[in-house]
Amino acid sequence: MSEPRTLAPPERRMATVSGIERLGAYDLITALDRWGPRDPRPGQFYMLAAAERWGGGGDERPYLPRAFSYARARVEDDGVALDFLLEAVGPGTQRLSELGPDEGLALVGPLGIGFRPPADGTRALLVGGGIGAAPLLCWQEELLGIGRAPSGGGRDESPPGVLLGFRTAAHAQAAALFAGQPQVVTDDGSVGRRALVTELLAGELDDDANATVYACGPPAMLEAVRALCAERDVPAQLAMESGMACGFGACFGCVVPTRTGYVRLCVDGPVMDAAELETAMVAGAGH
Amino acid sequence: MSEDRSIDLCGVRLRGPVLNGSGTFDAIAARRAFGDALVERFPFDAFVSKTITLEPRQGNPPPRLWETPAGLINSIGLPNKGLDGFLESDLPQLAELPVPLIVSVMGFSRDELARLVAAAGARGEVAMLELNVSCPNVETGLVMGADPAETAAAVERVRPASEKPLIVKLTPNAADPAAVARAAEGAGADAVSLVNTLKGMALHPQTGEPWLGGRTGGVSGPAVRAIALEQVASVSASVEIPVIGMGGISTGRQAADFLAAGATAIAIGTESFRDPAAGRRIAAELAALALPGTHPAPASTVV
Repeated sequence: MSEPRTLAPPERRMATVSGIERLGAYDLITALDRWGPRDPRPGQFYMLAAAERWGGGGDERPYLPRAFSYARARVEDDGVALDFLLEAVGPGTQRLSELGPDEGLALVGPLGIGFRPPADGTRALLVGGGIGAAPLLCWQEELLGIGRAPSGGGRDESPPGVLLGFRTAAHAQAAALFAGQPQVVTDDGSVGRRALVTELLAGELDDDANATVYACGPPAMLEAVRALCAERDVPAQLAMESGMACGFGACFGCVVPTRTGYVRLCVDGPVMDAAELETAMVAGAGH
Repeated sequence: MSEDRSIDLCGVRLRGPVLNGSGTFDAIAARRAFGDALVERFPFDAFVSKTITLEPRQGNPPPRLWETPAGLINSIGLPNKGLDGFLESDLPQLAELPVPLIVSVMGFSRDELARLVAAAGARGEVAMLELNVSCPNVETGLVMGADPAETAAAVERVRPASEKPLIVKLTPNAADPAAVARAAEGAGADAVSLVNTLKGMALHPQTGEPWLGGRTGGVSGPAVRAIALEQVASVSASVEIPVIGMGGISTGRQAADFLAAGATAIAIGTESFRDPAAGRRIAAELAALALPGTHPAPASTVV
């Protein structure tokens, strides 16, 4: 099977912000991309920068664009509407969170390799930590066949399970974006149990280990997922993040260690087969 | 019909004056992301490879990047497949690009450098060679490019190894880059390129330890442009051979400044990280500035 990668046009282009929704601790930014491909693959990402006032924020930054997995994509008459989930944690995300309607959003993408289908006969388990819920949204839609004609492949697997962990109730509002009833836990117990999302995953795998796990979240969580799945011999795909300047293999900055040496997350990831990793505990991006 | 913007660089005809800085664009990886559209709309007029070394290198441990005001610090550590891997797997792919190929090489001794120049220079796909001398000579302990005598000795040693044009990439981390440029010219270099990155560092905000896996790194981007422009001007005034100028160029107007300072060609580096088509955009902006009858406004005035 060819890798799940939709090619990007080889230049930065301008999208237009068409919606900003406050979602508890997060912002959901919708941008209309008129000239990009209509079919990004879940798990792929875009490099984003505000068209105006990119720079001159905290510490006289941002300067570089910021990498974001898209959360959802909807084909519209004049382009594709891309949703990005973000939390203001640094000068880049702060500026993006201040975007207003009709503002320009410079983007390059879609980039990287997305999620691969579940191993034969296994059910998909989607495991998200915080903002890591974003790429799992479009992946759930795809697995459920939402927004497209049935594949005709006659898939009769059970719907994907969705397990989400958040810091607080304000963050947990992002769970409402998912179809069905995701299981939610929080660090402070304000929504669901006070637990780690990996505890939910362990419980699910106790019940039925015949699964393919898809995870995205902070490094410590991804490492816990990796270790758990390795221990139980469950295939897992991890959508990872690392400090990234370009997104298309030019800067060599975003490497993570694998069993066969360093690989660039932007061209060989961001979705990595957990079996290739010694650890998923890598330096974060710091937006 | 587009106007002829071609230039002669050391006897090689380029369709325009815009190159990439070595190590700032991986055309093979970019083709995986962008497909053949990258080749059809290739952003540069000549392509400079990432620096290759004799043996394969993994590069430095992450983290490798730190964003600064209007720039970044990188500590990449020259990961590459080594000479054999490059010639076998990378060179055939780079030969598919629609522009002349310049191969950048670095050795930890003069002999190593000479072997690299001879092997890469012997390949028909290679139009020119660039010597990355921003590394320590393990035999003398001196950074080759920081010292005029070291640089001259290195260029003299490699000069007989190839008849292809030889560009020496100068480091800005030298007491007198113009003196190093004169030494390179005297030893037989056909051109010099500058600036490489300026040495810099960042500390971890919580621990106070160096943030970068390699502890220190190189600063690039608009943050270094004024420094680069001065060095390009002083080197251009000191040598007769062509100068390839770079350092934080992100617009055609800034490219024009480097040409006005004496550069024959310019290179784009960090700006390509922000826009893979930056080279093409800057070339178009530069061409528009050069239209007869136009008088560009000063790029920067204090107002």
